Amino acid sequence: MRERIESALLPPVVALLVALVAGDLLILAVGQSPAAVYRLLVQGTWGNWYGFGQVLYKTTTLIATGLAVSLGLRAGLFNIGAEGQLAAGGFGAALAGLALPAGTPAWIAVPACVAAAMAAGGAVGAVPGALRARFGAHEVITTIMLNFIVLALLNWIVVAHLRVPETLHTPEIRAGAVPRLAVAWAAFHGSAANFTIGILLAAALATWWFLFRTRSGYELRAVGLQPDAAEYGGVGAGATWMRALAISGMLAGLGGVNFVLGYKHYYEEGFAGGAGFLGIAVALVGRNHPAGVVVAALFFATLSQGGLAVNALVPKQLVEVLQGVIILAVAASVPEVRRAIAAARGGKRP
Amino acid sequence: MSGERAPAAVSLEGIEKRFGAVRANRGASLVVAPGEIHALVGENGAGKSTLMRILAGLIAPDAGRAEVDGRDVTGWRTADAIAAGVGMVHQHFMLVPTLTVAENVVLGREPHRGPALDLRRARAEVAEVAARYGLRVEPSRMVGELSVGEAQRVEILKALFRGARLLILDEPTAVLSPPEVQELWRVLRALRAGGGTIVLITHKLDEVMQVSDRITVMRRGETVARMTTRDTTPAEIARAMVGREVALGGAPPSAGTAGAPALTVRDLVVAGARRPREVDGVSFTVAAGEILGIAGVEGNGQSALLDALAGLRPAASGTVMLGDRDVTALGVRERSALGLAHIPEDRHRRGLVLDYSVADNLILGRQRAYARWGRMDRARIAEHARAAVERFDIRPADPALPARALSGGNQQKVVIAREMGGDFTVLLAAQPTRGVDVGAIEFIHAQLRAARAAGKAVLLVSAELQEVLALADRVAVMYGGRFVGLVPRAQASESSLGPLMTGAA
Repeated sequence: MRERIESALLPPVVALLVALVAGDLLILAVGQSPAAVYRLLVQGTWGNWYGFGQVLYKTTTLIATGLAVSLGLRAGLFNIGAEGQLAAGGFGAALAGLALPAGTPAWIAVPACVAAAMAAGGAVGAVPGALRARFGAHEVITTIMLNFIVLALLNWIVVAHLRVPETLHTPEIRAGAVPRLAVAWAAFHGSAANFTIGILLAAALATWWFLFRTRSGYELRAVGLQPDAAEYGGVGAGATWMRALAISGMLAGLGGVNFVLGYKHYYEEGFAGGAGFLGIAVALVGRNHPAGVVVAALFFATLSQGGLAVNALVPKQLVEVLQGVIILAVAASVPEVRRAIAAARGGKRP
Repeated sequence: MSGERAPAAVSLEGIEKRFGAVRANRGASLVVAPGEIHALVGENGAGKSTLMRILAGLIAPDAGRAEVDGRDVTGWRTADAIAAGVGMVHQHFMLVPTLTVAENVVLGREPHRGPALDLRRARAEVAEVAARYGLRVEPSRMVGELSVGEAQRVEILKALFRGARLLILDEPTAVLSPPEVQELWRVLRALRAGGGTIVLITHKLDEVMQVSDRITVMRRGETVARMTTRDTTPAEIARAMVGREVALGGAPPSAGTAGAPALTVRDLVVAGARRPREVDGVSFTVAAGEILGIAGVEGNGQSALLDALAGLRPAASGTVMLGDRDVTALGVRERSALGLAHIPEDRHRRGLVLDYSVADNLILGRQRAYARWGRMDRARIAEHARAAVERFDIRPADPALPARALSGGNQQKVVIAREMGGDFTVLLAAQPTRGVDVGAIEFIHAQLRAARAAGKAVLLVSAELQEVLALADRVAVMYGGRFVGLVPRAQASESSLGPLMTGAA
């Protein structure tokens, strides 16, 4: 057991060290002191309540997309469509919020909007799942392409039918808001952090329970590890793939609640802002384990918020370079990726 | 051998090699005299292949010393090994199927005229080397069209063409029919007569006795015995391999008290990826209390037949019945529920999820029975695993270990515990002892005999003719997707079945 935990933690830790060294070199290259930059980074994120609130807000979305990608990987599928699924989830939540009358009590409105977000994300995820199961279309291609289709379609709907003039967003929803954390803890005042993080932590727990305690989870992981053995055990890969990508889409869609119900109360073009793609890094660094995903989401959210904080000393792109280094280092070391590369070379899937 | 004074062809001393937590070689040693056929024997996982891969320069040892012809070659690379005349023929051939024999053999050192490849000269050179060693191959044929035995001769030819004087063969007979094996022995003896040295990795004792001059036995990474073939017996070698007394051969099959047909197959046709009729109209029945053995060289439709019987592949036509129930249209799960158990031929790909724990593997295919409302019943899974580990003597006795951490024999015991531990009426046993050690073979054979005695119907498919002859009540030979013979055990022998396996009769 201890050995397994060690082997799971080693790649991300090594990746971090590599990134730290790379970061030092980059900071020195632009003529700054690494210590000063890192101090600023910590101060701007964990050093004050506003910064910490922003970190939590970003963490929330990343937990959603990270869980989505990791659940796909557990079934042996690379879901690169979390970006589109996240946007669809936000749109679903906004649509439900607009449809409900203004006076709807929160205990009806919030679950309804959350369900709508999951349904919308799940629907987008189910499409590549069905294409894979029915026609063998590779999910990497279909999920990437579907991102463009979904984002363009949502833009068209918003611009043509729902836009508030002079903006790229829908009207404010009338019901289904999730309160900010500042309501309970005044120190968070001004930050976007809201109680959606509780929903996502519950989702992480549920994902863990599903993967490791249910029969469906047992079958899903078997398909991901050894499709032939799963088939021998009476588990059809096709149906499992469809289910996995639908659930994956639902998890990503859940992330849309954070922006729409918890922050702006409307759907806006481009709100996903790459969080779907960053979810891939979160899943890889989190080693496809829900607990790891939560920690990795917190980490990447810190980096992303910290990028804004260190802007005074170094270009904020430096933090993006760091993220890139971490992703590369982890990707080069985690077995899932090595397996995928080996499979691509052999022309077969693992 | 004559060369007592000359330096040994190979001398490996105190070789250590570790892969992660596994010590594949722990102080292993090997001395091979020039001009002998040396058998390197041991159970699976004894470290034979690792030792030979070190000799061939594929991997470097952690410690120890390697000498070839008296020269220190410790840690050399494959290119050095080839230059020094050391060639290895691997278990899995490394040939390009779309090139001809000659093109494959000269690959990497092609004769050319100016910038152009001189294929005529290549063919002539290859034919010349083949003739010198009596290797029967046609240089202009496409490798993809060759039989396995022929492809293996091409591999040997390739090594010889590169000037190999020391040839290492890793389990060369695993894929050959008995006549092809005899042809291989003829080639190896011809090589020895020409002054060549051969190291033969194997775990089949009859081969060792037939062809080798001397024997080195390995067990758990160590060299435990050196013997001269003339002065030893199979029982003595087996004892050295396992470290204890082993019953070889076992009891002859009892005259079965066969009951009603439990598995009936009629005119079964199964389509394959390359052949539309990989199983080409096969009919047979297996009665309760009977073992029907299917012999044959691998790749003659056995895998497709088993897949179709298990419900993993659809039948193109024909029927499969369990008892009096037609199951042709049913899937894996339904057939399993009707009492069909299946030991698949490839436990690493199919039989086990290697990263799952032993406990989780012990319920693969029965996961529905161990879940309530979709939730896994962990207490029952653990209880089931504890009982199975004890009853089938799975070691180490820790159901939480991943299956990957077990030895081949214990992995197979997990599969057997799962398939034979519960209720079943028909058992498909495909290559049940492949890649397991001698001790586990005994155990598995005893389990199959016990199943027959308990009135189960067993269909045994094995590439080991001796295994089929040792267990089956009736023997069928499969060739080219058909049954070319189906006879009672009493009328079957190695010499009567051998020709059938090659399609010669």
